[in-house]
Amino acid sequence: MRESSVALNRFGLGGRRGDVPPPEPKRWLLDQFGRFDPSPPAIRELPGSPALVTMFREARDNQREAKRQAEAADAKPDIAPELRPYRTLRDAYGQAAAVRTNLALTAPAPFVERLVHFWANHFAVSTDKLVTLGLAGAFEFEAIRPNVLGKFADLLLAVERHPAMLLYLDQAQSVGPDSMLGQIAARRGNKRGLNENLAREILELHTLGVRSGYGQQDVTELARALTGWSVGGLAQQPMLRGPGPGYWFAAPIHQPGERKVLGTRYEQAGEAQGEAILRDLAAHPATARHIATKLARHFGGDEPPLALVSRLEQAFLTSGGDLPTIYRTLIEAPEVWTGPPKFRTPWDWTLAALRAVGTESLPALMNANAFNQLGQPVWRPGSPAGWDDTAPSWAGPDALYRRVEVAERIASRAGPIDARALAEQLFPGSLADGTRKAIAGAESPVQALALLLASPEMMRR
Amino acid sequence: MIDRRSLLTHGAMLSGALFAPQIAWAAVPTERRLVFVIQRGAADGLATLAPTGDPAYAGLRGELANIGGGTKLDGMFTLHPALTQLAGRYLAGEALFVHATASPYRDRSHFDGQNVLETGGKLPYDRDDGWMNRLIGLLPGGAAKALALAPAIPTALRGAASVSSYAPTNLPDASAEYLQRIGRLYAGDPQLHALWSEAVQTRAMAENLVEDGGRGAAASGKMAASLMTGPAGARLVMIESNGWDTHAGQRGRLANQLIGLDALLAALHDGLGTAWADTLVIVATEFGRTAAVNGTGGTDHGTGGMAFMLGGTVKGGRVLADWPGLSQSALYEGRDLRPTTPLDSVLSGAIAGHFGLDPVRAARTLFPGGAGRPLEGLIRT
Repeated sequence: MRESSVALNRFGLGGRRGDVPPPEPKRWLLDQFGRFDPSPPAIRELPGSPALVTMFREARDNQREAKRQAEAADAKPDIAPELRPYRTLRDAYGQAAAVRTNLALTAPAPFVERLVHFWANHFAVSTDKLVTLGLAGAFEFEAIRPNVLGKFADLLLAVERHPAMLLYLDQAQSVGPDSMLGQIAARRGNKRGLNENLAREILELHTLGVRSGYGQQDVTELARALTGWSVGGLAQQPMLRGPGPGYWFAAPIHQPGERKVLGTRYEQAGEAQGEAILRDLAAHPATARHIATKLARHFGGDEPPLALVSRLEQAFLTSGGDLPTIYRTLIEAPEVWTGPPKFRTPWDWTLAALRAVGTESLPALMNANAFNQLGQPVWRPGSPAGWDDTAPSWAGPDALYRRVEVAERIASRAGPIDARALAEQLFPGSLADGTRKAIAGAESPVQALALLLASPEMMRR
Repeated sequence: MIDRRSLLTHGAMLSGALFAPQIAWAAVPTERRLVFVIQRGAADGLATLAPTGDPAYAGLRGELANIGGGTKLDGMFTLHPALTQLAGRYLAGEALFVHATASPYRDRSHFDGQNVLETGGKLPYDRDDGWMNRLIGLLPGGAAKALALAPAIPTALRGAASVSSYAPTNLPDASAEYLQRIGRLYAGDPQLHALWSEAVQTRAMAENLVEDGGRGAAASGKMAASLMTGPAGARLVMIESNGWDTHAGQRGRLANQLIGLDALLAALHDGLGTAWADTLVIVATEFGRTAAVNGTGGTDHGTGGMAFMLGGTVKGGRVLADWPGLSQSALYEGRDLRPTTPLDSVLSGAIAGHFGLDPVRAARTLFPGGAGRPLEGLIRT
């Protein structure tokens, strides 16, 4: 029975009250590939990235106008009214974040939902940049979810073309110096040029991994190749406005000419050049190693077992980056089924606790507050590297204390639940005697439930 | 959830609406009020109302036998010294104690025991609704406002009739007790134990965690009273009191618990003012504790216990007990106070008398799993 506990907690998002523990854990995990819905109704009802890009443009224009008026009136510049236009984006963020949580609480394929969260963190955008605030949800819903069961190369391309990524890492305004617009700007004495932010993070974070053999020249060449990967519907110059809000290859800012990345020549013109480089990066052995290591760390323990890393790496290379093949390797890996437990992140723990008591949805405000208080606001890791995936980042004294407090709050609002039966259901065959006794000896049903939600079993997966 | 402000607003609306013809001749809701205080965790009746006159008491209780003075109520029973204001109500003839009482439940699980006490069923979980909720339907007008002083509606108030809940900031809750249990739960886990010890030390330095001498509990009692006054005030209120599971170090912990309870009841009395004359407060727990002290200066889960009631309608100044004695042969299963009075008979009798209901019908509706013999004469007529 221990296996079904691993399936529920390490692979999945924790058992849900009333669900029968999976009798065939591996089958249960594999079947989720067929059950996963990349675009459930709750997501389809949200504004997509074109609407959100427009919302951002309006907010930005309103802000500029407010600032202009304030300056014209010689009034003291006031920050608050200028930022007010961004409220619509904050609301959009709150709604999308609530949808993410609610899907994680109810979706029929929790293992695949976990993988969605994994990839969204691997390709992190962070909402502490205003331009990303409204778009972070759409990024996960439009770039990650549809590709989570596809090829790594397609996932990578969808990510690097998404407006959220292009704006977050400044690619949208990167101008080839020899492009049509670059030359015009140069003649006028305007400095417009390359921004290599995204190119560097693609190599360092998204594909090859840091210190894996690329150099500054590769970064610069990739940045040149990617010029033109931009977002329409935002620019004020008519030439850069594009056909509409959303991803747009802006030929007038693309740096012409042949590129050389990691020793390979790319003679393609226009958008095809960047795509060819990204496809090669996606298939690179260093990328396979990098992704294998991160997946092994996420499922096999903070110290990723080397044998597991190399099996995942092989699966990546021989399947041409076929993600389900890699996931199947994980499911077959004894290291995952017997490995040391992972300390749950605040995101993981909160979901597990809410699922345990059968919560099916959380209002947007409560959702935001919960994750802020526990130290892991949704889509705001603060850096393109995403949240760290090891215990030292999360297992802190105050962090634990807060979880214990939240556990009591969740328990006191959960209604009548027999924590004794629930504990056996959540951790089939894996419940420690000490936890069982603590729950059975609690002085009230609410206290018993709180002890279960704060138990050592619950803190880890 | 409602908050106090919305309650007050509703109150204002209702009093204005009294002039509206459609409800001018509606059944007048009762003026009578009921407060049910549940002591979760099995409060020790043998220490709260100590049978100091029983020859076996001192031997069984050992270090706990001396409760430190108290108020002698009669030749047999001494009320715990922490309950000074409750003693005053007893002397005023407004408090009545029932000893050696128990619900039909005979095992020793807190949850199951509380479930039987709250649902009025015979077995744990054989009913979904609670007796307080069913009581709403028996009252004149059937529309008495019911309220739980708790974050969620407790089982006793769950059911078909609508009920509100309100969690004041200072509920006398078991948070400290819960945190202690967390500490024990983490004791065997090196990582969590280290984190937890550090967190607790940090918190202790940050805020001086002194006992508040019952101020939190008094605030709850005052709050409850304020929610029960006025024409739209609640008529049925349930207050949850946690922290009674005194397996170790009972002497100090129980005294603190009782200080809080005494303050809560006194604040209710003072806050209700003239409405106290129409009020019945019932205090009960899921079961009693072992007759003998255990190895850690505490007591374990038992059977027979003590319940009491107070209020302006109570025919008090008495202890009701068909005392079974504490000799080894008299104890239930050789360890617990033997229950001789069904708790449901006490509750149904008191409630029927207080609200003027047919006692047999009340007993059948509220406690279908009980003995069906409502005690009469508990309420002034």
